[in-house]
Amino acid sequence: MSDWKRKDLLGLEELSAQEIEFILTTTASFKEVSTREVKKVPALRGKTIGNLFFEPSTRTRTSFELAAKRLSADIVNFSPSASSLVKGETVLDTGENLEAMKMDCFIVRHSCAGVVEFLAKRLKASFINAGDGSHEHPTQGLLDIFTLKEKKGRIKGLNVTILGDIRHSRVARSNLWGLLKLGAHVTLCGPPTLIPPGIESVGVRVTYDLKEALEDADAVNVLRIQMERQKENYFPSPREYSRRYQINAETLRWAKPDALIMHPGPMNRGLEISSEAAGCGNSVILTQVENGVAVRMAVLYLLLVGK
Amino acid sequence: MKKEREIATGQEVGKIISRLADEVRSKIGLENLALVGIRRRGVELAARIRDILQKSPAEIPLGILDITLYRDDLSAVAKQPVVRETRIQFDLDGKDILLVDDLLFTGRTIRAALSELVDFGRPRSIKLLTLIDRDHRELPIQPDFTGQFIRTESNQSIEVHLKELDGEDKILLVEP
Repeated sequence: MSDWKRKDLLGLEELSAQEIEFILTTTASFKEVSTREVKKVPALRGKTIGNLFFEPSTRTRTSFELAAKRLSADIVNFSPSASSLVKGETVLDTGENLEAMKMDCFIVRHSCAGVVEFLAKRLKASFINAGDGSHEHPTQGLLDIFTLKEKKGRIKGLNVTILGDIRHSRVARSNLWGLLKLGAHVTLCGPPTLIPPGIESVGVRVTYDLKEALEDADAVNVLRIQMERQKENYFPSPREYSRRYQINAETLRWAKPDALIMHPGPMNRGLEISSEAAGCGNSVILTQVENGVAVRMAVLYLLLVGK
Repeated sequence: MKKEREIATGQEVGKIISRLADEVRSKIGLENLALVGIRRRGVELAARIRDILQKSPAEIPLGILDITLYRDDLSAVAKQPVVRETRIQFDLDGKDILLVDDLLFTGRTIRAALSELVDFGRPRSIKLLTLIDRDHRELPIQPDFTGQFIRTESNQSIEVHLKELDGEDKILLVEP
């Protein structure tokens, strides 16, 4: 029997190292299911799951949808632009109405940090945070860590660099909490304007110099430059950013020959990462996507099986 | 203190397994045979039977089945059972499958295993081998090969110990 007792998955900050390890172990078992001819197991038959994405997404939404379907759950996609939210219904009312239809779980993405927790505290259904503002995106953090562990055989003692827009990145936050709990050394790198001041206090190294960030890294997680969040001019121009922080054949020479290249997607090719780097032998970007389905199957199983 | 009674010693367990392997050889034959062990102890048992039967390594395919995701009580359990990996890396179509487990009790594990197996392909036949049959079936499932039948009360339990996992071979009847 497992020790998983939580109703919701809201972030990695609140999880213990043991809980994270347990999700990773469970994920390894689920990965095999997607390699079968019949990619479906009956574990969640009769459960109903709602995808509530208040922000656009293809990868995460599809990944959750596949995960749910491969576990035989029914999943309903809910798009806010075509819903009563545009008529002024509050998020909580929407949640209560959907729960009244006997749904068991909601996967929620929202532009405001804390919305998922707000709903999770007020409703009986299980909630999975699929990204809330700049706060957390726990399943992305988990799939990144799972991929790292799969490729490197361990997390403890690894040097992991997270590069780019740390300030706005929920992916960075989930990675950072998870990696620190499992004993990795985390370096954050990017322009000073995109790194929250004082973040060293949580136990990470900060550098504004890409060469320094790459030199001893076992993996570099390249974040997407979120152009939609750049209205306040955090850096002078995309070109300037690329010149100083792009991962490409040139800058990769500073890294170890076996350093992994990761990216949560969607990529801005030619901005934070060159096509050459994204497609090179050290890139595990598509493995991350593959592992995403397994991680989400594991999380859905742990949240929805057991009372 | 729980009361234990030894039903079979290490030597006896070894003999039972050899006898079962002989029966499998004569009743199914080796030509089309593939073994599938049910986690956990079914896997070790299946591996031992294979080692007795095969003349050269990797002659007889061996698969590992974790039936957790096919259990019929997942919507009722208090805590989620730990899911382990299923590994069947051969084509089941047309094979004579020998499904192996240590203990046959209610039959629900075997029901789950059958449902999972047929999702992997269409074997020519599936036969069931269990080391112990302890009665109290809740489903119409019977073993084709069984090491020993032991009449038990529902509240008693049978513990199968195997060298690979427990350090020694033995079978115990444990009183509540």
